Amino acid sequence: MDTAVSVLNVTKNYGDVEALRDLSLDFPRGQLTSLLGPSGCGKTTLLKIIAGLLEPTAGNIEIDGKQITGPGEDRAFVFQDFALLPWANVLRNVSFGLELRGVAKSEREAIAEKYINNVGLTGFEKSYPHELSGGMRQRVGLARALSVDSKVLLLDEPFSAVDEQNRRKFQEDMLELVRNENKTFIFVTHSIEEAVYVSDQIAILLPRPSRVSEIIRPKGFRSAGVENIRRSKEYLDIVDQIWASLRNYVE
Amino acid sequence: MNRSLFLKLLSAFIVFGTWELAGRIPVSYAFPTFFESMQALFAMTMDGSIFVAYAETLKPLTLGVAISAVSGIGLGLWIGLSSRFEWLFSPIFIVMQAAPLAALIPILVMAYGIGLTSKVFVVCIMAMPVIVLNTASAVRNTPTSIKDMGRSFLATDRDVILKIIIPAASPVIFSGLRLGISAGFIGAILSELKITPTGVGDIITYSRSIADYPSMYAAIFSIIVLAVLFLNGLERVENYLFEGNNRGYVSD
Repeated sequence: MDTAVSVLNVTKNYGDVEALRDLSLDFPRGQLTSLLGPSGCGKTTLLKIIAGLLEPTAGNIEIDGKQITGPGEDRAFVFQDFALLPWANVLRNVSFGLELRGVAKSEREAIAEKYINNVGLTGFEKSYPHELSGGMRQRVGLARALSVDSKVLLLDEPFSAVDEQNRRKFQEDMLELVRNENKTFIFVTHSIEEAVYVSDQIAILLPRPSRVSEIIRPKGFRSAGVENIRRSKEYLDIVDQIWASLRNYVE
Repeated sequence: MNRSLFLKLLSAFIVFGTWELAGRIPVSYAFPTFFESMQALFAMTMDGSIFVAYAETLKPLTLGVAISAVSGIGLGLWIGLSSRFEWLFSPIFIVMQAAPLAALIPILVMAYGIGLTSKVFVVCIMAMPVIVLNTASAVRNTPTSIKDMGRSFLATDRDVILKIIIPAASPVIFSGLRLGISAGFIGAILSELKITPTGVGDIITYSRSIADYPSMYAAIFSIIVLAVLFLNGLERVENYLFEGNNRGYVSD
């Protein structure tokens, strides 16, 4: 298996609290891996360490075999609360990543325009975030992450602040994105159904301190087409299986 | 006619109407009516004395406000960005804000004389604390997620400050500027009343001493008008610079 991102023996302590202990995990290239676990299991901490936003206490992260030292061009982040600039319109928000990389204005706006179109926000270029719905805001966040064209996309519970119908649409779009874009996706979620629906590989994290308890790779239903996934027996079995192993940790 | 303009005119009408009524009763011998005051203002405008007065008053006012705005925002940024300087500087500005300024003026005069320097100091003491304290707390309260966003998209420290922290803090910085500048106007007049009577302060002192109350109130009225105009201009600047930050709390 071709590995794009490796987490090698990562430990993270906050003072006396051990958030992650000696955690190792591989993320296959071109696929979507979810980090799933109860709240407080350190999945967001792990994602931020991969992003280079947090320093691990021990261990390291390798991307294509090279150790990371901080945020890099090879990774882009999608935030749970969207993290849009309220004073900037959609076009500037989407092109902000490119702006920080020093891409010239006309060029970055042309690229941003393309991704605004891809996520279905054409016509909203001049709108401000507070004029958009939650789902549309996250589309802006997604377009911003796509426009910098990183090899790895890190998504931190991206759809948890989005309403149910928009979330389902997003999940379908994710499958298409994984198929069309040649990127590695690392996806944090607390929703079992969501993880099983969108993932090629699911890593179950258990808390205090966090470790990988299980890795599940769904096989059969991915080819069945988006509308049949939720009916397939394998999908339902995996959801049940994950719930059985997580239920003891939910208080 | 839009609703907010209508409400503004209505509120002006109520205030000036009450003023006129109170002057006609009269509530005090020393309280002129609105129209008498406006006549006095008109007379001062025609003979040019009000412009001469403002030429004098605007010196400490603009200097003090400019110094307070620039160094206040700068200092506030510095305090807000570093955790160590908060306890070093914040107490100074909290004391400045609470100090009974009129009682401190004699000390300023002893130290800096009766000239422009003392007056500029008074304006700064009035204007600066709220600007510094607002800026510092706004900077410290920048949402972590947009700072993280900047860093994850490879912002340098300079980018994070210029493109994220300052715009994010701008509504609170501007509200500090509004409060600080209003206080600066008060400080400018206070300094002209307490240090040496010049400019608008001179009109107020002199017309009071000869019982020309309409002129005295005309001078007070004119400084309020100037302050309101200035603050409206400031809001326009804010709206222009940070359009999306305006979610209706900034008036038009």
